[in-house]
Amino acid sequence: MSHPLSHPGINVPAMTLPDGLVAVVKAECPTCVLVVPVLQSIHAAGVPLTVYSQDDPAFPSGIGTVHDHDLAVSYHHDIETVPTLIRVEDGVEVERTVGWSRPEWEKLSGHSPLGVDLPELRPGCGSLSVDPDMVDVLAVRFGGSVLRSRRVEIAALEDEAEALFDRGWTDGLPVVAPTEARVLRMLEGTTRAPDEIVAVVPPDLVECTVEKVAINAVMAGAKAEYLPVILAALEAACTDSFNIHGVLATTMPVGPVIIVNGPIRRAIGMNGGGNVLGQGNRANLAIGRAVQLVIRNVGGGRPGGVDRATHGNPGKLSFCFAEDEEGSPWEPLSVERGFAPTASTVTLFPGEGPRCVVDQLARDPDDLAHTFAACLRTVHHPKLPLGFDAILVVGPEHARVFREAGWSKQKVKDEIHGLLQLPGDEIVRGAGGMAEGIPDHLRGLTLSKFRPEGLLVVHAGGGAGLFSAIIGGWANGEIGSQPTTREVTA
Amino acid sequence: MTVVLDPTGEQVPAERALLQRPASVEGRTIGLLDISKPRGNIFLDRLQHRLEAAGARVERFAKPTFTKPAPVDLRHEISTKCDLVIEALAD
Repeated sequence: MSHPLSHPGINVPAMTLPDGLVAVVKAECPTCVLVVPVLQSIHAAGVPLTVYSQDDPAFPSGIGTVHDHDLAVSYHHDIETVPTLIRVEDGVEVERTVGWSRPEWEKLSGHSPLGVDLPELRPGCGSLSVDPDMVDVLAVRFGGSVLRSRRVEIAALEDEAEALFDRGWTDGLPVVAPTEARVLRMLEGTTRAPDEIVAVVPPDLVECTVEKVAINAVMAGAKAEYLPVILAALEAACTDSFNIHGVLATTMPVGPVIIVNGPIRRAIGMNGGGNVLGQGNRANLAIGRAVQLVIRNVGGGRPGGVDRATHGNPGKLSFCFAEDEEGSPWEPLSVERGFAPTASTVTLFPGEGPRCVVDQLARDPDDLAHTFAACLRTVHHPKLPLGFDAILVVGPEHARVFREAGWSKQKVKDEIHGLLQLPGDEIVRGAGGMAEGIPDHLRGLTLSKFRPEGLLVVHAGGGAGLFSAIIGGWANGEIGSQPTTREVTA
Repeated sequence: MTVVLDPTGEQVPAERALLQRPASVEGRTIGLLDISKPRGNIFLDRLQHRLEAAGARVERFAKPTFTKPAPVDLRHEISTKCDLVIEALAD
């Protein structure tokens, strides 16, 4: 039987079923095999019946099966179970039943008795169109044009990874090829529409859609469940307060450092523990990398172009980590910044690479505060006050010292600030044999190393090691970049 | 054959021809845009002096901060007031 609905090809428009009864079956389903005599008896009784087979075109025999070879009928009519029996009137589905149920089939077909030798009830099998291996393929084949990006063909003889390098789309490491099926799967990670604008991305000031973010997220190696974090991080990066344009363009070695707080950290398996700033955790690495790929590919920000970094730092590939909230003696960074403990957030900081603070002897919080202050003073230059923020990543063994002494996070910050009031005559130009420093007319002042809000304290790291880490910042405040926090939503 | 989706912004920037270089600056209004890097003003002061000596009128402008692109309003103001513009990057 040739049916207008069964024509091959892609992007088949939504199709009308023939009037009468329609059954969708597959030969490999025992319940479908079970109901073959029933279908044959309906057919023999002259009831209009069209049977679509998902696999064997000759199944069931003697009925004139239509082969749903590309699963177009199954896809467009949301067949989830076989057999599915549908009654169609004037081209409109009026009733359906799934699996085998004698009363249901008799009621729906208006024909009885049916299958008197069969059990009363038998559940069906999964439709091929909802097979996990087929879902994305069918979404691409029939899902229509939800994705608007240009399609780029990679020739059969081209190496896929090399082809993506050659087009200038990578950060220097291989990327995952952003096929339509992968991008659609990525988009499952958000409830936002593919064509929704997420941000206007510098330096080219391009309106970036959820779809473009998803493409770059695929390339970065992200999983769909990371996408909401990536979207929130990109939104934060592209605010005037964070100023990713300046962070990208500067000759200083900074890039967006992403700190993740809240329940989503654990939900997507982020690392806030051992090797927290290092390699090995897919979520940490892929989230940061995806944001940077969007800046590169959508925004047009490339090294040697608008990115004028003198040295850069390895974190410009990806620098993203979770705070260890559970092991922390203090409130999380997000709560300190005004969000509920139940909220998931990203905080973006324009940061250089991390450096280690070693103090294996301090058991007294005052001693440790002195160590932190001495190391923090050197951020960018020991004679430069106020201009740069910093993150202090306190390791668990250092945090323990403060916990046992009952020091709050604010107390730690206050003590460090107190120790970093720099006398003008020590930091004027020329003092200490160093030309760098503040102008001479400020000699009489005492200047703070950090502005009051310029020291961010985060708890993260492995359980062993009396170490912490410092991440130096960039030109702060209105003239440069402010740490910027955004809630992660669906 | 693999088909991938273009990860770029798919921008097609408009191409514009450069204007003719003016034969003389005399009688022209020249905008000097200070991007607000330290000591950029020293360089621009010197330029202003030289340009005025050559018969040009000089308008001075400054970006609020060197780290961000010039605001749209400022770019518009420069374009309406000036025949020529010199943007200085200095440290």
